[in-house]
Amino acid sequence: MQMTLTINGQDRSVEAPAATLLVEVLRDQLGLTGTHIGCDTSQCGACNVLVDGAAVKACTMLATQAQGAQVTTIEGLGSTDALHPMQQAFREAHGLQCGFCTPGMVMAGMEMVRKHGTKLTPELVTHELEGNLCRCTGYINIVKAIVAGAAAMETQNA
Amino acid sequence: MRDFALHRPASVSAATAAFAGADGEAAYLAGGHTLIPAMKSRLRMPDALVDLTGLGLSGISRDGDRLWIGATTLHADVATGATAIPGLACLAAGIGDAQVRNRGTLGGSIANNDPAADYPAAALALDAVIETDRGSFAADDFFQGMFTTALAESEIITRVGFAIPQQSSYAKFRHPASRYAMVGVYVARHAGGWRVAVTGAGTGVFRWTDAEAALNAGTDTGGLVLAADDLNNDIHASAEYRAHLCGVMLKQALATLA
Repeated sequence: MQMTLTINGQDRSVEAPAATLLVEVLRDQLGLTGTHIGCDTSQCGACNVLVDGAAVKACTMLATQAQGAQVTTIEGLGSTDALHPMQQAFREAHGLQCGFCTPGMVMAGMEMVRKHGTKLTPELVTHELEGNLCRCTGYINIVKAIVAGAAAMETQNA
Repeated sequence: MRDFALHRPASVSAATAAFAGADGEAAYLAGGHTLIPAMKSRLRMPDALVDLTGLGLSGISRDGDRLWIGATTLHADVATGATAIPGLACLAAGIGDAQVRNRGTLGGSIANNDPAADYPAAALALDAVIETDRGSFAADDFFQGMFTTALAESEIITRVGFAIPQQSSYAKFRHPASRYAMVGVYVARHAGGWRVAVTGAGTGVFRWTDAEAALNAGTDTGGLVLAADDLNNDIHASAEYRAHLCGVMLKQALATLA
């Protein structure tokens, strides 16, 4: 079926079966491979993207369900030259090791700022990270990165 | 995932018509956070999906002594919007994880009636009325055991009316990996008496009548033990362990009444 999706501010028209997942369209058809597939069972959060600003698992949503919404992937957040403050914070806090879970972690951080604002506590971040799995770092630096990234977003908007 | 014909109706009548007219097996799609994983693993292979999210069935409103929540209202929206029943808002805030709560719906959870789901416990303890496109059910009649409800083929839940209690609370012990409730207990104090519902422990949600009787009589619930005979006994926990957890969760819920 023909569908039109708004990805990172651009309208993209794709032809795909109705059963195509959002993450499959992003990666396989649009080449936006920053969104990862980790578990494929809706648990790991590596595929998190923002749909109308809210973090969702792109592996548990049909692409057609995203029609009419604004989809933001990690590619749409910042650029190599100008990282988004949340991305920059992961870099500075060493909030990643292999990097596989990182796009989803960054999006989870964006979701926390959306819901709770820019002043996050480590306790809150730890709780809100329930839907994201990392198999390298043990989360300590990820939590630090999200707290710092949120604070940097406050500064950026000030 | 096997492909299917997708229908995106804009009215309840168009949805039931699409379901009835489907070529082969049809299924309704709400938030999809049970159905899509089941389809990915080919546990479910419907020939047609009828998307219910365009029917205008989302929203929260209070009418007298009931809080009505539309079937396609997201868990995240119940968590912030069900302020009239803090226990229910708290339950919604603890379903799955943040991303799941941004997609999953009340109606989907109740229609699926997973034996470890959270919402059925709230519906039962809050004496809910489950309204559909063709009538309504009391929660006591609606939940009929594992993945089984009173819904007829193609029947659509439109909204759920929860009786606003004087106080209520929900406590659950999560399975460490799946995060589903090993045992969850919803306690509600109504003008007409207490209602206590248990999820996760048995083959479906059920009322713990001994606990209700003790609370109504004002006697100590600390020594209450639920009979383990009919409880789930699996690799995750023995029936005796679950029975014990029911008492612990009851105590926790009573300690956090709001």
